[in-house]
Amino acid sequence: MSYKAALRVWRGDHGRGDLADYAVEVNEGEVVLDVLHRLQATQAGDLAIRWNCKAGKCGSCSMEINGRPRLACMTRMSTFTEDEVLTITPLRTFPVIRDLVTDVSFNYAKARQIPSFTPDPSVGLGEFRMQQADVERSQEFRKCIECYLCQNTCHVIRDHAENENAFAGPRFLMRVAELEMHPADTADRRDIAQDDFGLGFCNITKCCTEVCPEHIKITDNALIPLKERVAGRRYDPLVWLGSKIARRPRSTGTPKVPDNRH
Amino acid sequence: MTDIAPSTGPASASEHSAAGHSAAEHSAAGHREVERIPYDVVVIGAGGSGLRAAIEARLAGKRTAIISKSLFGKAHTVMAEGGCAAAMGNVNSNDNWMVHFRDTMRGGKFLNNPRMAELHAKEAPDRVYELEAWGALFDRTKDGKISQRNFGGHEYPRLAHVGDRTGLEMIRTLQQKVVALQQEDAVSHGDPEAMIKVYAETTITRLIKDGEGRIAGAFGYIRETGQFVVFEAPAVILATGGIGKTFKVSSNSWEYTGDGHALALLAGAKLLNMEFVQFHPTHMVWPMSVRGLLVTESVRGDGGVLRNSEGKRYMFNYVPDVFRAQYAETEEEADRWYSDPDHNRRPPELLPRDEVARANNAEVKAGRGSPHGGVFLDIASRLPAEEILRRLPSMHHQFKELADVDITKEPMEVGPAQHYVMGGVEVDPDTGESCVPGLFAAGEVSGGMHGSNRLGGNSLSDLLVFGRRAGLGAAEYVGRLGAKLPVADEGEIEAARTEALAPLQRPDGENPYAVHSDVQETMSNLVGIIRTETEIKKALADLETLGVRASAVAAAGGSAYNPGWHLTLDLRNIMLMAKCVAAAALERQESRGGHTRDDYPGMRPEWRKVNLVCTLDGDEIRISRQPVPPMRDDLIALFDRAELKKYLTDEEMAALPAEAPASVAAASEEAH
Amino acid sequence: MTQVSDAPAKTRAQISQKTLRTDRWWEQPAIVATLLTIWVTYATVHVFIGKWYWVPQYHYLTPFYSPCVSGECVPGAASLGTWFGHLPPIIPYAVVSLPFVLGFRLSCYYYRRAYYRAFWRAPAACAVREPHQKYTGETRFPLIMQNLHRYFFYMVILISILNTYDVIQAFHGKTGGIGFGLGTLIMLVNVVLLWCYSLSCHSCRHITGGRLKHFSKHPVRYWIWNRISWLNARHMQLAWTTLGTLMLTDLYIWLVAAHVFSDFRFYN
Repeated sequence: MSYKAALRVWRGDHGRGDLADYAVEVNEGEVVLDVLHRLQATQAGDLAIRWNCKAGKCGSCSMEINGRPRLACMTRMSTFTEDEVLTITPLRTFPVIRDLVTDVSFNYAKARQIPSFTPDPSVGLGEFRMQQADVERSQEFRKCIECYLCQNTCHVIRDHAENENAFAGPRFLMRVAELEMHPADTADRRDIAQDDFGLGFCNITKCCTEVCPEHIKITDNALIPLKERVAGRRYDPLVWLGSKIARRPRSTGTPKVPDNRH
Repeated sequence: MTDIAPSTGPASASEHSAAGHSAAEHSAAGHREVERIPYDVVVIGAGGSGLRAAIEARLAGKRTAIISKSLFGKAHTVMAEGGCAAAMGNVNSNDNWMVHFRDTMRGGKFLNNPRMAELHAKEAPDRVYELEAWGALFDRTKDGKISQRNFGGHEYPRLAHVGDRTGLEMIRTLQQKVVALQQEDAVSHGDPEAMIKVYAETTITRLIKDGEGRIAGAFGYIRETGQFVVFEAPAVILATGGIGKTFKVSSNSWEYTGDGHALALLAGAKLLNMEFVQFHPTHMVWPMSVRGLLVTESVRGDGGVLRNSEGKRYMFNYVPDVFRAQYAETEEEADRWYSDPDHNRRPPELLPRDEVARANNAEVKAGRGSPHGGVFLDIASRLPAEEILRRLPSMHHQFKELADVDITKEPMEVGPAQHYVMGGVEVDPDTGESCVPGLFAAGEVSGGMHGSNRLGGNSLSDLLVFGRRAGLGAAEYVGRLGAKLPVADEGEIEAARTEALAPLQRPDGENPYAVHSDVQETMSNLVGIIRTETEIKKALADLETLGVRASAVAAAGGSAYNPGWHLTLDLRNIMLMAKCVAAAALERQESRGGHTRDDYPGMRPEWRKVNLVCTLDGDEIRISRQPVPPMRDDLIALFDRAELKKYLTDEEMAALPAEAPASVAAASEEAH
Repeated sequence: MTQVSDAPAKTRAQISQKTLRTDRWWEQPAIVATLLTIWVTYATVHVFIGKWYWVPQYHYLTPFYSPCVSGECVPGAASLGTWFGHLPPIIPYAVVSLPFVLGFRLSCYYYRRAYYRAFWRAPAACAVREPHQKYTGETRFPLIMQNLHRYFFYMVILISILNTYDVIQAFHGKTGGIGFGLGTLIMLVNVVLLWCYSLSCHSCRHITGGRLKHFSKHPVRYWIWNRISWLNARHMQLAWTTLGTLMLTDLYIWLVAAHVFSDFRFYN
């Protein structure tokens, strides 16, 4: 029933650290987070782990297990063989605070740049009427638990930190798509999606979808439809020709929110 | 500032092992300065009530800090699944605030603060509509309104919901509203954090007062660096949630260590009715590692039924007298109710949570449980697979991923676990202010609203209604103070700092994880769902010993993101809560709602008049009695006498205003 | 105003391995690269051979030569007539359709994923470090042209109509009148799958309904969008299947036209 698993856990801070070896007891039905907790309670009291609900609903315990970005609370030990060595490291894309905990403030900064929900101001409290068919697309994106595994996996910033300013990452491009598809929203974020949030960086290699613990079809349902919306606005030869002939200056849509934090 | 986070070289892992931290770091922590940050209002807790309070305070023009023990948007509110109760009447137009009020009082067995239940029932619809205006996408009815679902104890479909992830929708909407306000401030003040700022992964360990006993600030540490901070503010709103981590099997997350309850107690506030702890009837019981993971009540609201190992739908045997009139007696009638609720009575699976939890517990004790010590919750045989997937996606996902059970094909194994605490800080219903000037509370940390038992769905609405009220109350309080701001007592700050550092400086104290686990064991075994005098007394004795152990725990390592150290600090709160719950449970000699005494079965009308108040006298917990606030005549008139008779004493019945037919009184009220 | 001192500057965890994945992550891109290479090589060879594309007695025309518009096309094969005189051999006979078909597949959201992963290795697999120093994705020329996918889609719809016409033509008996053989059947299956592939395209999903904000106001388009979405979820499978059926159709016609074997006839 129970056995000792071999764990190699990254420990360190300020970017520097090493994999430390541990042998930890594993019981039937446990997930990786249980085993890390046992490690914490019995051998490494100060092992830094971020976790909350332990039910796959809060998205706190994101880490990389055998190189794959996962939620530790949703990774069952039974998916590994008993003699398999588990290598557990912090998310690679974000600066490490300590051990398995990273600084994810990048994501909060990006969230603040996206123009918020903008309803028609004349609609009074309780007067919204929306059909289920119209809310379903955005509802899928609102299942997001903000575990940032997609942000971590996306090679645009994972392998190219220099793109961090120009690219908001899958989670926040999906947020733009969510608002664009919100039946009561009136803003137009297509231009900033391309110009400020770096939609063009996405080469739809679908790793965001692959790692999403909520199984949101980020690429097919959010990013590609957003690319199509942008294409309709920006790369349509007919629209372009029409605006040239009519000499109508193209409207620029809703601007990005200034991030003037000092 | 000088002397921030210690930076020991993390060159090798061995340096981080238990005893490895250098002495240099300990002394660095010892000399650390305490940073001061002034605010108008400080909200402790970033769940539903905390965010709603902060939004309101900011809207009232107050500079507001939100202190979040975890990251922004991770609060335990995300775990709420079923929905948010609000009598909007979108699905059944017979619903209105009076019906909601009645349901809430019945659910709480008439021990609720009636004013709170009234405000809650009246204001919940607007709070839900507000969320919608901030971008929330609830499931819809055919005519485009917010859809509502059935839930235990609610007479009509009342819960606004999004599948079974309503809490997530709520927290995300509030989070995004905070961001929207910050975006406004970025334009008008040139700094998004000028008026409202979130301090993520920051824990408050003490409230600081001034010489006159008014709130002057809050002392805490920032997880990442271990930096100590005092938020200097005349008003503090507690919105810290519950005490789940006092128990072994609980659906609550690690943050639920009773911080707000304990901070209030230590600051001199009163805790109400701490004996009432809700054991939600359905949680996963298997595998062990997910024991206590919530299985939403929506499963039953959408048609799921409970069966024992003999396949019998046993809830019909557990309908108590007070609810006999409202619940079906046969399976046929119960099943008809889902399609024709106006002409049939509700299935007994939808009794309030305390009743169902006791029934589940009794079936297991009688040897009719499931293989892993639970009962069977069956939705597979009741709804088509695609309907289950549509209505209960998270449940399907949870069972599939964690237990390898496909709920569209087989029944779930479920059992009760600690879920919620009805008891909490005594507050003024209208403003959320406690008896300590400047200290406010909202949400689970406050008491009174839910009486002895909370109805499902009333929690999310509670957060919104009283979060907003506490935010307003705090803003008004600060406005009234004008320039006469309280000044934090330096001695208190120094004491708080010493207290927080102590576990790091104790050379060889006990492992906090071991002590915590023993406290949970004691509480779950001796002050759990069914209680007796001998067991509670044993628990209180054990807690004395555990208290001594808890005060001598030590944390290895430094103060930067050190979970061991954090637990040593949380242990103080856990111990206080355990003692409060046990002491109050011993005192109340009856069974009511979330407090079941095997030695005093049944409700006793004379106890209905009594609130038990827990206070701190030096280091000792004191329990005293105080009358339950009376119900106004117009609210009493909403019930008929036959029902009141089940709860009230004969003297109370005699003192009732002469026959005021409920229907007449109800008709004269405004429906909104 | 006092601010909490910021934490010291932090860096990412420095881990030298390009990935710590222990599964066979390199397998998928290797398979994709191999298959695509085989297919492209095959197609290039046959497109430039300039023979064995037409079976006169059954009117079988391979899709690689449709429409045959070069002056060199054999008379029966040029359904739209010949538009040019003799073209140098570097230009394929179906010069008016192949660039669009190629463009459609190259800018297809699925194939983009496949070749970015398999050939460009950006990234080869998730959480595997890519080998490039710089990355600009589809933000600039030439890759910004990927945004023109939907115009290729429009053209491909026309070409699909033509392919359908070719199949109707292929119901031709050797004695004239109606007839069909295995070749007809293969062409028919191929064209049905080609339609499915084209209609399951993400651009089509956008144009037909995805661009709408309120589905409820456009019930017909919503219905279409739902159907297209169902197909779209199978876009990858269709992309591969149609590569297979295209190759099979072409090869079959090639071999019959070259008299390697004769067509298996069901009727006439």
